[in-house]
Amino acid sequence: MFFQDLSGAHSSVEPATPQAGRIANLWWVMFYVSVAVLALVTAALIYAVFRRRSAREQTAPVDLSPNTNRERKATRAAAVALAVTIAILFVLLGLSFTTGRAVSFLSNESPLEIKAVGHRWWWEFQYVDPVPSRGFITANELRLPQGRQIVLTLTSNDVIHSFWAPNLMGKKDLIPGQESRLIFRPEKQGVFRGQCAEFCGFQHAQMGFLVLVESDGDFSDWYNHESQQAVQPSNDSEKRGRQVFLSSTCVMCHTIGGTPANSNIGPPLTHLASRTSIAAATLTNSRENLAKWVTDSQKIKPGNRMPPNVLGPENLDDLLNYLTSLK
Amino acid sequence: MINERSKPGKAHIETATLDVERDRAELERSWETRPGFIGWLTTTNHKSIAIRYIVTAFIFFLFGGILAALMRIQLARPRSEFLGPDAYDQVFTVHGSTMMFLFAVPIMTALGLYFVPLMVGTRNVAFPKLNAFGYYVYLTGGILLYLGLLSNTGPDTGWFSYVPLSGPDFAPGKRVDIWAQMITFTEIAALVAAVEIIVTAFKMRAPGMSLNRIPLFVWAMVVTAFMIIFAMPAIMLASSMLATDRLTGVSTHFFNPAEGGDALLWQHLFWFFGHPEVYIIFIPGTGIVSTLIVTFARRIAFGYTALVLSLISTGFIGFGLWVHHMFATPLPQLGQSFFTGASIMIAIPSGVQIFCWIATLWLGKRLELKTPLLFVLGFVFTFVIGGLTGVMLGSAPLDLQVHDTFFVVAHLHYVLIGGAIFPLFGALYYWFPKWTGRLMNERLGKLNFWLMLIGFHLTFFPMHQLGIQGMPRRVYTYLPETGWGALNLLASIGAAVLTAGVIAFLINVFWSRRHGAPAGDNPWNSDTLEWATSSPPPSYNFLYIPTVRNRYPVWTVEPDTPVVAGLRTDVREALVTHTITAAPDHRYELPNSSIWPLVLAAATAVTFIGVIFTAWAIPIGAALTFIALVGWFWPNSEPAALEAERHRSLPTGDGLSLEQQT
Amino acid sequence: MTMREGILLFPRPARRSPPALRLRVVGMGALALLIFQAACKREERGFRVQPPSASAAEGSRMTDFQPGPRTPESPVKNEYEDNAYALSEGKRLFQEYNCSGCHFNGGGGIGPALMDDEWLYGDKPENIFETIVEGRPNGMPSFRGKVPDYQVWQLVAYVRSLSGQVGSNAAPGRSDHMQTSSPEQSRPRESPKLSGKPR
Repeated sequence: MFFQDLSGAHSSVEPATPQAGRIANLWWVMFYVSVAVLALVTAALIYAVFRRRSAREQTAPVDLSPNTNRERKATRAAAVALAVTIAILFVLLGLSFTTGRAVSFLSNESPLEIKAVGHRWWWEFQYVDPVPSRGFITANELRLPQGRQIVLTLTSNDVIHSFWAPNLMGKKDLIPGQESRLIFRPEKQGVFRGQCAEFCGFQHAQMGFLVLVESDGDFSDWYNHESQQAVQPSNDSEKRGRQVFLSSTCVMCHTIGGTPANSNIGPPLTHLASRTSIAAATLTNSRENLAKWVTDSQKIKPGNRMPPNVLGPENLDDLLNYLTSLK
Repeated sequence: MINERSKPGKAHIETATLDVERDRAELERSWETRPGFIGWLTTTNHKSIAIRYIVTAFIFFLFGGILAALMRIQLARPRSEFLGPDAYDQVFTVHGSTMMFLFAVPIMTALGLYFVPLMVGTRNVAFPKLNAFGYYVYLTGGILLYLGLLSNTGPDTGWFSYVPLSGPDFAPGKRVDIWAQMITFTEIAALVAAVEIIVTAFKMRAPGMSLNRIPLFVWAMVVTAFMIIFAMPAIMLASSMLATDRLTGVSTHFFNPAEGGDALLWQHLFWFFGHPEVYIIFIPGTGIVSTLIVTFARRIAFGYTALVLSLISTGFIGFGLWVHHMFATPLPQLGQSFFTGASIMIAIPSGVQIFCWIATLWLGKRLELKTPLLFVLGFVFTFVIGGLTGVMLGSAPLDLQVHDTFFVVAHLHYVLIGGAIFPLFGALYYWFPKWTGRLMNERLGKLNFWLMLIGFHLTFFPMHQLGIQGMPRRVYTYLPETGWGALNLLASIGAAVLTAGVIAFLINVFWSRRHGAPAGDNPWNSDTLEWATSSPPPSYNFLYIPTVRNRYPVWTVEPDTPVVAGLRTDVREALVTHTITAAPDHRYELPNSSIWPLVLAAATAVTFIGVIFTAWAIPIGAALTFIALVGWFWPNSEPAALEAERHRSLPTGDGLSLEQQT
Repeated sequence: MTMREGILLFPRPARRSPPALRLRVVGMGALALLIFQAACKREERGFRVQPPSASAAEGSRMTDFQPGPRTPESPVKNEYEDNAYALSEGKRLFQEYNCSGCHFNGGGGIGPALMDDEWLYGDKPENIFETIVEGRPNGMPSFRGKVPDYQVWQLVAYVRSLSGQVGSNAAPGRSDHMQTSSPEQSRPRESPKLSGKPR
């Protein structure tokens, strides 16, 4: 499973969008300039320290009236260094400005609009559709069509969070009471990972999310499917599992579309089984992980808002059958 | 008092015989600190108080270091269970708060409090009782924070404590209140030190030390002090607003968007302080570096004027950068661009300083690579890296990627440890002989330096890569699949090496106090006035106030250099001079030892600790403060004639004159 | 200008008599322990802590009126009432589980007010626990099986703070919403009395 190795999936220097690409270019320019400057300064320092002094330079204990010729030469050299420094800084400043404009540029084409709401400690993604009945809310996993402009509007339900998927774009803070915006165009298909980047409490460290960039066709299929209500249980065990869900603590916090469970405190589970990960991109979505999470999430993410649930083995089995059927 | 007889720049110089033994005996008597515990509590000697600051701040440095070690142990492996999230959150918050508020600023201002009076050639700081009060208030703040940590009430919302996370809704209990009040205590102490440094440096200089002749260290401390005065009120305001948002019966809504407040208001107020704060820590480091380089290169500073102007412009521009901590917020982009510009431009004065220092070394004599100089070289290399990553962070679009990641953690440690702590350690080695009369051990010193340098880079360089590879800040753990484990382990190993370096330093300190080579007055053959008196200096600093004819008084001292005679030796008296030209102006009586600073500090403590629990602490504390201030300012009764005699102005024939030293 | 002087950096403190010193240390230690103990209870963040268990609420009485001599019973102490984190969680759950839908922000409406001094079904922690878990006539739903026990106890502690029964150090401060009434930490303590009149 992709969870084997995430190292390329959240890297600022492996851009998957033109916006991240421009930033990565700026990074490399600044990096190489910095290496050069550091090398020059270090060389000058080493030379200054270890240069061989003539015997004449050793005579007086302290140099109170230095050789004006050498002083003049040194002043000229310092002035040149300063001029070069200022020039480099202005070039970098100009590059910053052009990069900044490029990454915030909103083109005329109609974008895919998604609203992200930060919660402690999960991500709510609302796909906004011009036809309201086709819009839907999902959690912790963002699917995007390749090549389309995405406008992500960000706000928070509680404290300040920060949406950061390094391969896609820089980060933006989610501030309660305000709306911020990210614009980007994913151009490479793949799975990318992001994480909350503003300290938000106990489980800030494990408030991750996944971004799956797919072809237009795959994305439309997924989109249409997400707009639907939850799959009906197909056998007795799943029916019993649904009953377990509706008669336990689950129903207080979660939504499963088409059932009486309609709470917004926790992430919606309508299409839980179609997600690649659970627990805010902390665990792979597997039956075993789901069992561990449902019975004792506090062990995996101490301090998170989901309570431990003690369920008998049969009930747990039925519940898992139901949950894993929610494609 | 100025009367028409005192003309700036013209002094009456006479040759006379000075009764050195009698003057010394009387000065010893009038300036002595009473022995015993009470004497220790009531001293107003700036050197004792500064040493207290330094020792206390260093102890807090060690505590902060222990917390850092705990963090590195936790992060060495993914999904480690060494510290849970609650414990880790308290650890990183208290680590940051300790280092920034309880260590870095106090130790730098302490070096100023010790050396500014000595370097400008006077007997004490301008307001000795206030100085003592500042220390007690600082100590209270530090103890408050650590009592909190030890009782599970340590703040846990980060050293910059963003709202709404630190507001009453999401930070239950008293943890954040303790943080907010610790801020109040430490900022009062910083403001006190700033006032002392400015007034002492401007008004109490030795005759002849005009503004263009003061040592670069004094310039650095003056700029720092001005920055403190303009920056600290912002955070005192912010922390008070946060405290009242949380306070029973008060419950304001400064940061509640639903009632007209704004979560971003906190960030603006905090960072308006927070950015100058890091320059408050860094600029004294540059003062130290200038001092050390001039000493070790054994020549005058290259570009004195340029260095001074760089200090001042860094101080100014430093106030125009704060929004670069907020580039990821929805502030308008045009506004953010100004701050990108300023953030990149502030590299210019720093660059000027680096070039001047390298030029001084280049043109200087053959350099003896003693420990202080090694720390200076380590500083240049490390700080330049930190400055370059700072330019990267100052660029808004690039900052959007690396903000709030380990890249920032790397950058901040490079500029703070490289830019301030390496010079600080160099300063400790350099001035240890002045404080104790003994030199520190060179071999241990070199071991200390190399362990710290290698350990530091091993710890923090990999963090740049971790930030680029997506690791955010303030995470108590991370998934193994992210691939961050290897670099984190390397960083933790580096931390162990760095710790070994600090331990080597401590061993060196304790060994050298007993067995270090005797230092004499001026073991480094340095040029500033603190080396013109004994090691350690007497309580009255100088038997006679010196006079100065150029920037390098000790190097250019002649047998017939005049000194100031006629200051009273039976009471504590100092000389006040004109701000720009340092011509003598009038005498100034300094207070003796006093218990009132401690009493006022206790009243302050009751007020601000009480306000964590109830708003009644304000009126009660105000009453106690009033009582303490009455005691503080209670006038001494004395015959009017004596008082009049003491306030006469200078100079000619009135008993205060510039004498040629015999 | 080359006099040689020396001062002691740390003048040695006068040796105090041993008994006085010991007394001081012991006194400060006791004070510290007291502060620490109170602080620890208030600041504990327990994620997998065992609250007073449901059985603690068994046998709770709604009235002291009994035949024969009054049998004393040990009151149930809800540890969460001293715990700031539990109270703030209780406040959050109160909104999220929609208690505020009927009780509003303590002022009542569809359901009875919770911030006043009148208690229909008992004001003690075990009474409130039963109210939430069992439900009550005239509209209070039963949350048994839906809200875990430890969360019920957090809600119990919060409900009691609505009428100022909980110390102000641990009680919640103002929320980040529109202000509806003074924060729980500033509520004056109401003296609870049983009123027998359901709506």
